[in-house]
Amino acid sequence: MTIMAVDPVLARRAEIQRIAQATDHRRELLSRLALLACRACLVITLIPLGALLVYVVIRGASAWNWAFFSHLPTPAGIPGGGIWNAIVGSLVIDGMAAAAAIPFGIAAGLFLAESDGRIAGTLRLAADVLSGVPSIVVAIFAYALLVAHGIGHFSAVAASFAIGILMLPVITRASETAIRGVPSVLAEAGLALGARKATIARRVILPAALPGLITGVLLAVARGAGETAPLLFTAVGSQYFSVSPTKPIAAIPLVIYQNGIQAYPDLVKIAWGSALFLVVMILVLSVGSRLVAARLRRVRSE
Amino acid sequence: MRRLLSVPDGAYRGALGVVAALFVILLVAFVTSLAIQARPAFAHFGFSFLTSTKWDPVHVHYGALVFLVGTMETTVIALMIAFPIGLGCALALAFGIPQRLRVALGTAVELLAAVPSVVYGLWGLLVVAPWVRTIIEPALAHITGGHGPFGGSQLGVGLLLAGVILAIMVMPTMVAISRDVLAAVPEVEIEGAFALGATRWQVMRRVVVPSARAGILGATTLATGRALGETIAVTMVIGNTDRFTHSLFGQTQTMASLIANEFTEATEPFHLSALVAVGVLLLVVAIVVNLAARLLVRSVGRQRALGIGVL
Amino acid sequence: MNDPTVVSLPATMATTTPNSTPIPHGPVMTLRDVSVAFSGKVAVRGASFDVPMNQVTALIGPSGSGKTTLLRSLNRMHDMVRGAVVSGEIKLGNIDIYGPTMRPTLLRSRVGMVFQRPNPFPTMSIYDNAVSGLRFNGVRKKALLDEAAESALIAAALWDSVRDRLRAHAGTLSGGEQQRLCIARALAVEPEVLLMDEPTSSLDPIATKRIEELIGELKDRVTIVIVTHNMQQALRVSDACAFLLMGEDKAGALIEVGPTQKVFESPDDSRTKDYVEGRFG
Repeated sequence: MTIMAVDPVLARRAEIQRIAQATDHRRELLSRLALLACRACLVITLIPLGALLVYVVIRGASAWNWAFFSHLPTPAGIPGGGIWNAIVGSLVIDGMAAAAAIPFGIAAGLFLAESDGRIAGTLRLAADVLSGVPSIVVAIFAYALLVAHGIGHFSAVAASFAIGILMLPVITRASETAIRGVPSVLAEAGLALGARKATIARRVILPAALPGLITGVLLAVARGAGETAPLLFTAVGSQYFSVSPTKPIAAIPLVIYQNGIQAYPDLVKIAWGSALFLVVMILVLSVGSRLVAARLRRVRSE
Repeated sequence: MRRLLSVPDGAYRGALGVVAALFVILLVAFVTSLAIQARPAFAHFGFSFLTSTKWDPVHVHYGALVFLVGTMETTVIALMIAFPIGLGCALALAFGIPQRLRVALGTAVELLAAVPSVVYGLWGLLVVAPWVRTIIEPALAHITGGHGPFGGSQLGVGLLLAGVILAIMVMPTMVAISRDVLAAVPEVEIEGAFALGATRWQVMRRVVVPSARAGILGATTLATGRALGETIAVTMVIGNTDRFTHSLFGQTQTMASLIANEFTEATEPFHLSALVAVGVLLLVVAIVVNLAARLLVRSVGRQRALGIGVL
Repeated sequence: MNDPTVVSLPATMATTTPNSTPIPHGPVMTLRDVSVAFSGKVAVRGASFDVPMNQVTALIGPSGSGKTTLLRSLNRMHDMVRGAVVSGEIKLGNIDIYGPTMRPTLLRSRVGMVFQRPNPFPTMSIYDNAVSGLRFNGVRKKALLDEAAESALIAAALWDSVRDRLRAHAGTLSGGEQQRLCIARALAVEPEVLLMDEPTSSLDPIATKRIEELIGELKDRVTIVIVTHNMQQALRVSDACAFLLMGEDKAGALIEVGPTQKVFESPDDSRTKDYVEGRFG
């Protein structure tokens, strides 16, 4: 009887199966634990969000009353103070900033969406660089240009300048994305009909990109409205009512910052109330922008 | 206005080009103005500006080392927290939760980014700092024996709190981008791993994460950039003393918080110039990091589009 | 998980003492009335056939007939599709692969798969790719890894061209070589069955030919089930064919199964005859 050698394949197969079965339980357990850990990370990430919102809502809501929204600030210790001047001030600052940033941003987005050359590349790089600049440094620039020289003292327009710069790259990028998303057949149809590029842009492309534009713009505005650092030495805040662009002006983020670090409880309460107001505004803008965009898209496709 | 928008093509392109060029003009003006303002300080103090720890407006001696270190410290602490937890969170969002929950939870994480910095600061100062002071710092000191990084007085505000708040603030960046790159790993690679008998974790660890590592690095770098430039929240919780701290519980300053705190009170001319000089330092660091991040994230996209394996 | 039925070795080993040749034991996999569905849509209905050991069985039929879905149910890869449902009985040896005693990870170490497009892990070297399956299954011993890798790469006709650059990136290989690397990767785990889902459809004719030759050489080592929409390929490589066709209920049904020769030259069913004679699909 001949003795055959062991088939190495079969021997290996047996050995591999032995190891696989011996380790299977451990491997499966490790996999389950690891996934659990990842899910725990998700929960850990969301806990601060929940905690923050809960506190802002609870402490902020207790500050909300008619006086809070309609009165001007009162000195510490005297009740009945409000943030009316800050609400108006924020509107002034952010309104001016948006008025400048939106047209420039959309125009830049239009340019970048329609060209891919080296110039466009450089511009895109510049926009990227700009968006990475810390907001406090932008504030220094605004200070140098409009406070130290320009107007000569703290002013709302200096703040608008700083916030506008911060809004600009965001609007540009959102516009470029929205415009690139417009099917090229639309523009081509316009060209085929002999229309000028500018007309096509106005009549065809921008309207088609409008939902995306609105979302991008409103998000940029929301972000700009929440910025504090650019306001610290430009608008610097105020206790008085003002709509003048050339004077210091109150703003909601400044109210939060300046009141939040005070020792007086009624001032701290105002800070919480303003914080809630700011969060609500931003939420409304973010959600609202998406709803408006969705609505527009639906209306369009009908 | 209507006529303006019907201009000939050449003028149209030209006008748009001018507008886009404004970006460059803006940047140039920006850098120039900063350079002009900062020059006196750099010229006068030279290299010692970077190496000296003395920041003394009274005796007119300025050195930014404390704040450089403070910025690095807060950023490192923030990343040490945000990187692992953010990656785990991204893995969970991409692979660990049922399909129907993905959008909702993903949006919830992104909501973290919508909260303004000053609100984080307020909450951190008034709500979290007391917890840190009364619960966390004593506990940490107890566990570690209260030496070195866990020693010193426990005030709540300080380096640790700043790092934690910063971590929370950069988490959405880390998670959102990581989640996108993880989800973009080609299905075929994942299937190939499963078909060999891999468990879910083995697939994530050996195939998906390595495949996505350039993008994850980009996300981390971007998060770093955000952390570096963060001003208000940090200012409100870091304690604001102009010197080093050897403990996590201690107070210090970052470059950004220094400027926020002292700019309006800088009466002495060198003081202002020194502050702007610190701003220039911050700018340089932030720009370098942000550019690196965008290059990394972009290169991932391009490599995938060209079908090249991601290294 | 120390149930003896799980620990059992493949059918060949069950009758092998260390110094004898294995005795063939009947089909390595059996399917009885298997239906596969996902998200409410039935892809395959009521398929029954045996997969004979050490032979190449081809699943043929026009596109949409459920061949790939059926293939993927054999190593439970189909489990990962939304709303996956498998009814009927699929056995590997004596064990129901959907039963409580069979873990999917272990099943897949015994039933390997090669995909339509080569999918080596891009961040791993050639060597790491080859041993990745072993590592996933818990093998750490370098000696065993090296031995299995070399054996598998030789079997995949890749050893000679990569032996000096095992640490090189998998992406440096050509398309055909990458697919052979994937085959080696699957073989390194020493599975009993190798499932191949249109393995040459993305390759050029020369690479295709090499892999078809490979299939012929491999069947002594592993049982092969191959899905192909290329009838000539089925004729060239397979010993048995199973013909699937989409029925009026949009579900694939197994029309006929038998030795390749018979299916092509004298099929029982007229629909089979129409297909192999090229009248549709």
